[in-house]
Amino acid sequence: MSVMPQKPRKGFSLPHSARWPVGFLIAALALFALYYFVYYGPVDPDFKAWVQRWLSIASMNESLVWVMCALGLNVVVGYAGLLDLGFVAFWAIGGYTVGWFMSAFFQQWNVHVLGTGPETARGLHFNFWFVLILAGLICAAFGVLIGAPTLRLRSDYLALVTLGFGEIIPQIFYNGDDLWGFNLTNGTKGILPADPVPAVAFDKEGVGFRDLGVFDHLSKYVIFVVFVAVIVFVSLRLREGRLGRAWLAIREDELAASAMGVPLMRTKLSAYGIGAVAGGIGGAAFAILINGVLPDRFNFSISIILLAMVVLGGMGNVWGVIIGALLISWVNSTGLPQAGNAINETFDTNINFPSWSFLIFGATLVLMMLFRREGILPEARTRLVLREPGRTEAEALGADLEAPAPELDALPEIEVAGDSTNEGKRS
Amino acid sequence: MTAAVQPALQAEQIKVQFGGLIAVNGVDFTVPKGGVVSLIGPNGAGKTTFFNALTGLYKLAAGRVVLSGRDITGLPPHKVADLGMARTFQNIRLFGLMTAEENVKVAMHSHLKSGIFGTVLRTPRQRREERAAHDTALELLDFVGIGKTAGEYARNLSYGDQRRLEVARALALRPKVLLLDEPTAGMNPRESAQFTEFVHRVRSEKDLSILLIEHDMSVVMRVSEHITVLDRGQKIAEGTPEDIRTNDRVIEAYLGSAAKEGGA
Repeated sequence: MSVMPQKPRKGFSLPHSARWPVGFLIAALALFALYYFVYYGPVDPDFKAWVQRWLSIASMNESLVWVMCALGLNVVVGYAGLLDLGFVAFWAIGGYTVGWFMSAFFQQWNVHVLGTGPETARGLHFNFWFVLILAGLICAAFGVLIGAPTLRLRSDYLALVTLGFGEIIPQIFYNGDDLWGFNLTNGTKGILPADPVPAVAFDKEGVGFRDLGVFDHLSKYVIFVVFVAVIVFVSLRLREGRLGRAWLAIREDELAASAMGVPLMRTKLSAYGIGAVAGGIGGAAFAILINGVLPDRFNFSISIILLAMVVLGGMGNVWGVIIGALLISWVNSTGLPQAGNAINETFDTNINFPSWSFLIFGATLVLMMLFRREGILPEARTRLVLREPGRTEAEALGADLEAPAPELDALPEIEVAGDSTNEGKRS
Repeated sequence: MTAAVQPALQAEQIKVQFGGLIAVNGVDFTVPKGGVVSLIGPNGAGKTTFFNALTGLYKLAAGRVVLSGRDITGLPPHKVADLGMARTFQNIRLFGLMTAEENVKVAMHSHLKSGIFGTVLRTPRQRREERAAHDTALELLDFVGIGKTAGEYARNLSYGDQRRLEVARALALRPKVLLLDEPTAGMNPRESAQFTEFVHRVRSEKDLSILLIEHDMSVVMRVSEHITVLDRGQKIAEGTPEDIRTNDRVIEAYLGSAAKEGGA
């Protein structure tokens, strides 16, 4: 992370590798303090309104969901170099896991496992923390299930097939209210409401353990930050180990990796599975944020936006991906509409800025690809390849790097006119 | 070689076919334990194809590959590598954006045991394993003479160092047989001469057998104990360097193709 400015520090200095994690924690704590203050503290109403307009906690929580999913996709795309255009599938599966196991939806069954739903209610009522693990496992299983037949394909073909799965799975949720007479997903109506989450709550009276309601945004913020932290931790640890090296090797040169004893299928599947777990956690988090699950949220554009977050943020670098995800989701949810309102008010115009989001998004992508291909905060190694021409690129430009050394040409025994093979003369 | 000693690598009646083209046809081949064997032949003779077939990159149309008594025919490349056949590539295929050390560590993948949970929790066993891997990697880099480059990205190394790194990476597999595909390509005569010593040092210190494809005849004649000549997918000669030097069919294959190219 050499992008950090190297400031001389007095007394104690953080180890290089700890700067970003510590920065992340400080930023998260500062936001927590801000929100706590705005909610419960004696605060100027104007300031409160400003925060709610420009940095509302609800949209911050949604941004954190985006961060989780983008970090999952980063394992697949950034680490292992597998292009996935259907990541929304895992977000959806994670969400529906919460819908199924934490609501009164399945009226035909009546199972309560430390659940928080009303005790008399029918349906599956599992404890959220249990369902969270379940969402991760189900997504990992689906990741492997989708990956097993598709990962044999290479780059473009893989992208196309993942795109297909990313379309199929949300469509199943959309139309799954009558699967051979069985209502699996409740179709367009979605599954609402989900049971409350038992967790540590932060409110006026202080800290306590209780079931969170729909508007306990601050507590959910804390939960989501913890989720993100865990995903980051796992990503970083895996990256440094045996598996992370194998992913990188596959990203760099699949054939050489296999010749060096790296099992391609298993290694790719593990990237897919682990990425899917993060997507599932994101999906579950989103479901408790909006208190249920609705199928129309899971369309193709989500996959594309997630991919853009990874690419713009800086493929392979979790901190870059976090920044990319926060930035893009903030612009989409808050920045663009609010800035549009401000412009409309100031100039007395009536432009619908949010409808321009894809135009602006596309233009940003083009500009980034032209001027900063490696993303906002790239991995050190990726920056290297995108900033200097490599051997093969130089060769593409016409440099003959394989040419023999000049002293070879000076050897008299090889100087035979019209003979292009040296061996013939020597043997 | 006594009959009781099992050959390190034995290939029987290898046939590789691409559609209607038979690239390698019925080649028998043996690398004795501890031997240095060369595979030579004019351009397009099927040498690299033969390598790729041995290491599992190409499916065999017919034939059998036996590595130290174990049939490895049809196994995927990573299994073949794990069982003790390591290779380098004709046009260097390093992991460019990984450091030299990481490149070597990738090849230790099959020897290392730690899984997802061990890595995430950084268990004492995983840490011990990583430390050992680090030491081994540095040792190997030192062995091939590029210990100082451990922290540099492979793509930034000089051409010669990249070739050395490929050998170090292959050695990290702890192979029984090391396949070198044109290791001296792009080297000047002095480097090629040093290479001969290097091959013998690898063979004796790492206790393995070496099979190499080579174009530079002076290297081939000096380094190998046994030479096999391929031409148009067929084995046309086999023997000691002295036999090959005087073999009529070999001379014809080389001079014939050279004359043809010259005339074209």
